[in-house]
Amino acid sequence: MASEGASPVPASSGTGGPKDPYVPVPYRVVENSSETPDTVTLTLHPVGGTRVPSFLPGQFNMFYAFGIGEAAISMSGDPHVVGRLVHTVRAVGKVTTALTRLRPGDVAGIRGPYGHGWPLEVARGRDVVIVAGGLGLAPLRPLVYQILRNRDHFGRVEIVYGARTPSDLLYYGEIQEWRKRSDLRFQVTVDSADRSWYGDVGVVTSRLPDARFDPSRAIAFVCGPEIMMKFTAQALEARGLSDEAIWLSMERNMKCAFAQCGHCQFGPHFICRDGPVLPYTRIRRLMALREV
Amino acid sequence: MSAEGDRYVLSRKDVSRLLEQLHQRGYTVLAPRVHEAALVYGEIRSVEELPSGWTDRQEGGTYRLERRSDDALFGYNVGPDSWKKYLFPAHEKLWTARRTAEGFEVEESRKTGPRYAFLGVRACEIAAMHIQDRVFGGPYADPGYQARRTGALIIAVQCGQAGNTCFCVSMKTGPRVTQGFDLSLTELLDGNDHRFLLEVGSERGAEIAESLHLPVAPPKDVRAAGELLDRTAAAMGRTLRTDDLHELLLGSPEHPHWEEIAQRCLSCTNCTLACPTCFCSTTEEVPELDGTKVERWRRWDSCFTLGFTQLGKSSVRRSGASRYRQWLTHKLASWQDQFGSSGCVGCGRCITWCPVGIDLTVEVPVLRTGARSKSSEGTAKP
Ligand SMILES: Cc1cc2nc3c(=O)[nH]c(=O)nc-3n(C[C@H](O)[C@H](O)[C@H](O)COP(=O)(O)OP(=O)(O)OC[C@H]3O[C@@H](n4cnc5c(N)ncnc54)[C@H](O)[C@@H]3O)c2cc1C
Ligand code: SF4
Ligand code: SF4
Repeated sequence: MASEGASPVPASSGTGGPKDPYVPVPYRVVENSSETPDTVTLTLHPVGGTRVPSFLPGQFNMFYAFGIGEAAISMSGDPHVVGRLVHTVRAVGKVTTALTRLRPGDVAGIRGPYGHGWPLEVARGRDVVIVAGGLGLAPLRPLVYQILRNRDHFGRVEIVYGARTPSDLLYYGEIQEWRKRSDLRFQVTVDSADRSWYGDVGVVTSRLPDARFDPSRAIAFVCGPEIMMKFTAQALEARGLSDEAIWLSMERNMKCAFAQCGHCQFGPHFICRDGPVLPYTRIRRLMALREV
Repeated sequence: MSAEGDRYVLSRKDVSRLLEQLHQRGYTVLAPRVHEAALVYGEIRSVEELPSGWTDRQEGGTYRLERRSDDALFGYNVGPDSWKKYLFPAHEKLWTARRTAEGFEVEESRKTGPRYAFLGVRACEIAAMHIQDRVFGGPYADPGYQARRTGALIIAVQCGQAGNTCFCVSMKTGPRVTQGFDLSLTELLDGNDHRFLLEVGSERGAEIAESLHLPVAPPKDVRAAGELLDRTAAAMGRTLRTDDLHELLLGSPEHPHWEEIAQRCLSCTNCTLACPTCFCSTTEEVPELDGTKVERWRRWDSCFTLGFTQLGKSSVRRSGASRYRQWLTHKLASWQDQFGSSGCVGCGRCITWCPVGIDLTVEVPVLRTGARSKSSEGTAKP
């Protein structure tokens, strides 16, 4: 099914390796840096000189822990830095816990990239609003890099990032740098905090009424828990943004990542192939229903 | 020289010569056999293993084998399994990974497929294969499926009778086999002359037909075969109106009837396993005890299980109603958006093999009642 999102790069184009789409390519961990108590960012290099496939912001890989299994994990690094992969993983279960425990030198498996990413072409010349909830910042970070690299292609850039508590904030040092920039407004808010936090407290949607953008020419990219995306989309519409200008990154159970295992279906959409990034206008009816 | 469209007479005793030719060419011949009181596909070595003189009686939730008054070889309809189990096995090894000094290396398991000859493929089953071809094709084509599918020889059988749960006419998939076969057989049982009209559907089929040196079919056999299929088409056990299915299903997500079906549905997954087009699967990791070797397997999965939509600690489709709704809406409606055709071929397996006899040809019309007028009077009844 055609999507207006950024088009996918077939997995085989980069690795040039195996024909069976289920076969992972070995990658060596070169760095494991801790983001929060349960989340790490891993940097990986391919074992034995395979080329790292290029990717588009918003795409993901199937990340394999030897002997444990696979999980869908978004690219969180800079798409312009070639020869390495960067993934941010939160330990929530079997596979992700094993992935966060990988040490430099350990070898894991990668297959991908999969899916449609953020439609950056559509954003050219427009104000850009980025709203991230929790781990949702990970698949949006490559987009931020891309925008900053071509900053003059865009109007205002407004980023709102919400986390549960200050200790759940990802990319802390980098965010401090971004907050200093004058060509970008980066707002951070947490649901709850103790007195040592001097930033905003409240859900991300509470930051949207005074976000600076021109609704008639803005585009919004949103990633976070589904309920947060739903309220964010509503708040953006309340600000006058049309539903065609709002893009969400959806999450569903995934086994194959190429529309064959059936798990990630959301109405007619295979989230792995037609998404994960989809325009709100195409899914708002489904999102209003329960248990789709 | 034989060619596509050529028709011959294959006598009952020539069937074993046909089998011989298949075996000589290295095919594993698979056909319906009587197995645990049902007709199940399996390997046959000789014609004696075919279910001569048997028929099946099917109804919602019921399947019985019975004796026929003749010794027809294909005098029944489809059983609990389908050719899907060969093309897309219920459990398949994808690869093996071994620890090495450099990390690990992966060995692909699915480079070649066996050469299958499917004997007794019905029109609806060919339609089901074409549907799965689209699922397992494309840029991420499944190498195992593709190898087995392109290697498989399809010997179709034209249905000489309709089952009680069949509705291929409604789904426009049968009963007549018109494409996608190498050879097709129509069993003619008039008088004492037990014979088949054999039709050539491909070059591969032509080569086999030629090796049998058969007499060309007389016009009366061709006519008899045509009339037989007309009778079958007129005798369908079920019907389903299809023109409005896409809007109907997509327009009825909150119809109260989903809840009513859920009261009966056991979420047993039988319908999805029996269905020749259902393709959902999961993967599993099978590690060796010493941790140096691991295998990755793919296994059929079903949208009727709770774990199917696990996300975080919970699942998206927790209620039975949401799972039945997903299955039927996918099968009849969103399948059209995804693959350009219905996901149902009208074979009736999900009706026969549902332990509580849930019948989509009965449930769909209920959805039609009050689908548009968002049932103000509460629960819709047929
Ligand atoms: C497109 C996409 C991008 C993602 N990007 C990231 C990322 O960048 N970083 C990150 O940490 N996580 C990401 N996730 C979520 C991650 O895939 C899940 O946390 C992970 O699959 C959980 O597996 P587990 O074995 O650790 O957990 P378990 O709880 O042991 O998982 C049990 C089963 O449920 C499924 N499952 C559970 N939660 C999820 C989930 N949230 N999404 C999909 N399947 C789930 C798994 O497939 C697994 O089979 C992403 C998910 C999707 C769909
Ligand atoms: S949905 Fe039922 S009738 Fe339709 S193809 Fe599947 S098993 Fe056969
Ligand atoms: S519809 Fe019937 S066969 Fe299908 S899951 Fe429910 S009880 Fe089982």
